[in-house]
Amino acid sequence: SSRPLFEIFSENLLIYCRDQVLRIKARNEEEVKQLQLLESLEHLELDFWINPSAAALPVDVRIPAHNVQAVKAFLESQGIAYSILIEDLQAVLDKEKQDMAYSQQKERSSSSFNYGTYHTLDDIYAELDHLASEYSSFVSKLQIGESYEKRPLYVLKFSTGGSRRPAIWLDAGIHSREWVTQASAIWMAKKIASDYGKDPSITSLLNNMDIFLLTVSNPDGYVFTHTTNRMWRKTRSRNAGSLCVGVDPNRNWDAGFGGPGASSNPCSDSYRGPSANSEVEVRSVVNFIKNHGNIKAFLTLHSYSQLLMYPYGYKCTQPADYAELNALGRAAASSIRSLYGTTFTVGSICTTIYQASGGSIDWSYDYGIKYSFAFELRDTGRYGFVLPASQIIPTAEETWLGLKKIMEHVRDNPY
Amino acid sequence: DIDDVGHKYYLELVLEDVLDKDSTVNCTAEVLYHLGSKNVAPDVQFTLEGELKNTDEADNVFYNQIKSLEKELVAENIPDSHGNVSPEMEPIRRLAWVASGYVIWQNSTENTKFHLAQIKRVKQVKRSDEYLEFDYMVLLHEMVSQEIIPWQMTVLWHPQHGVQVTQDSRQPKHASE
Repeated sequence: SSRPLFEIFSENLLIYCRDQVLRIKARNEEEVKQLQLLESLEHLELDFWINPSAAALPVDVRIPAHNVQAVKAFLESQGIAYSILIEDLQAVLDKEKQDMAYSQQKERSSSSFNYGTYHTLDDIYAELDHLASEYSSFVSKLQIGESYEKRPLYVLKFSTGGSRRPAIWLDAGIHSREWVTQASAIWMAKKIASDYGKDPSITSLLNNMDIFLLTVSNPDGYVFTHTTNRMWRKTRSRNAGSLCVGVDPNRNWDAGFGGPGASSNPCSDSYRGPSANSEVEVRSVVNFIKNHGNIKAFLTLHSYSQLLMYPYGYKCTQPADYAELNALGRAAASSIRSLYGTTFTVGSICTTIYQASGGSIDWSYDYGIKYSFAFELRDTGRYGFVLPASQIIPTAEETWLGLKKIMEHVRDNPY
Repeated sequence: DIDDVGHKYYLELVLEDVLDKDSTVNCTAEVLYHLGSKNVAPDVQFTLEGELKNTDEADNVFYNQIKSLEKELVAENIPDSHGNVSPEMEPIRRLAWVASGYVIWQNSTENTKFHLAQIKRVKQVKRSDEYLEFDYMVLLHEMVSQEIIPWQMTVLWHPQHGVQVTQDSRQPKHASE
C-alpha cells in the first residue's frame, strides 16, 4: 500500500525503528512475477508502497527491520536490482515530527503578535526583539539613545552587508497620539523582513541599501497616551518655570527654529521648546544621522489628514529640488491610491498644511538629505487620532506602497 | 476680498452619505469671514442640489430606544482609545458630530480647522417633554494650533424637529494633563 507518511506517523512512535524502504527495478516480466511471489509471503509483513505490476514501473516496499536481510538476500540471489530509498524509516519520521513542531512554534511566536491591533510600548519592543531574532541574518536592533524618562530609543537596522551603505531613515510616532503610525511601522518592519528574498523590489533595495526604522520616536508620550491621556502629543520633559509638561518634538528641530508656526508657550501643544534639539528624542536622531553620514532619504510618519509632503514648513518658498520631489510625491500618492482608493494630497508642508518651524524634514533636507518626506496617514477627520484598529493593516499596506515607490527612486538615483 | 467687510469664499461641494458612499448630493455654498472680529461666526449660505436621504426609520428606532431606557444614558470615551464605537453608541456619536459641527461653525475663522476628536462623556438629561437632551463633554482638535480643546455642549434632539445646541462653552485644559 502507498500510504502517505503522515498517516503512518500519526499512528505510533517507535514501531518503524530500523525498517527500510527499498526501491526495486524489475527488468522484465519474469522479475515482476518474482516480486509478486514475494508479495504473497505474508510472514515477511511487507508493506508495498508501490505494488509490482509492470516491468517499467519501480516497486517501493517497506520491510520490517527483522526481515530486511532476508529480503535483500532473496533479491540478490535472483539478480533483481534494488536501491535503498529510506535507510531507517523511524529516523525520517522523527525528523519530520521535529520539523513540524519547530515550524508550529515559529508560527506561534511570530503570529502571536497581532498587527491589526494597537499595542503597548512593551509589546512593540518585544516584537522588535522577535523580528531581530527571527531574521537575524539581516535584521538587528540598535539603541540610539534614551527618552527623557529614560526609555530606550530602539531602531531596527535592515542590512544585508556592506559597510555603511547608503541608507533610508524611516520613523513613526514622533507625536504620540498618532497611534496608526507606530502600528503601521511595526507592520512595515515585519513586511520588509519577510519580503526580503521574495519581493524583487525589496530584495534589490536591501541588496544595495540599508533601512533604519524607528518605530516609536516618542516612547514617553506613547506610554502617556496609554496610561493617562490618549490625546497627548508632545514629549514628557519638564519645562522650567511652568506647570505644563512637554515639547512638540516636531517643532524642536534646527530648521527655522523660533520662527512662525510654533509656540513659545510651554502649555501649548506646538511648544517649540527652550532651544533647538533641547529634546533628547530629537537630539538622538540628529546624532545618529550625523554619525552615520550616509543617509539618503528621511521619511517620517504622522497622522491624520492623508497628506504626502516635502519641505519646507518653516518657509513658504520652494526647495531647490521641488520638481523632482513633487513628481516623486505624486507617484507615491498614486501608488497609495492604487490599493484602496485612499487619496493623499501632495505638496510642501507650508502650502499644504500650515507654516510650521522646527520640523524634522526641513532639518534633514537642509542637512543634505534630498529625499525628505512627511506622511500624514488616515483618516481625514472622521476618527482622526482614534482610528479604528481594523484600519491599521489597510493603512500600513497602502502607505507601504508609497514608501516603496520613494525608496525605489532613491535606490535608482544615487547621489 | 471685500473691502471693509471680510473675505468671501465660493465653494462647490459634494456631500457623501457616511453610511452609503454611493449616495451623494452636490452643494454650493458661500462663506463670509468677517474682518477682524473673532467673536462673530462666518456667514454661511448654501444650496443643496438634490435631496438628502430620508432617515425617519432610523430616527424613530433611535428615539424609541432612548425613550425606553430605564435609566438615563451615560457613556464615556466614544470612540475608545482603539477607535471602537459600540453599535448602540453610533447614533450618540453622530448626534455629537452634528452638534459639534454647529459649535465649530460658531467658532471658526480663516485660521482654524476643527474636527471632533472624541466624546469624553455624555449624560442624558431627563426631560418632561418629547425632546431628548444630552449633555456632552467633547474634545475638539484644532489643526493649526494642534490643540485639543474640551468643550461642553447641551444638545436637544427630536425626530421631527432635528438638532439644537442650546448651550455650549469652551472648557479650560488642565495643566497636568
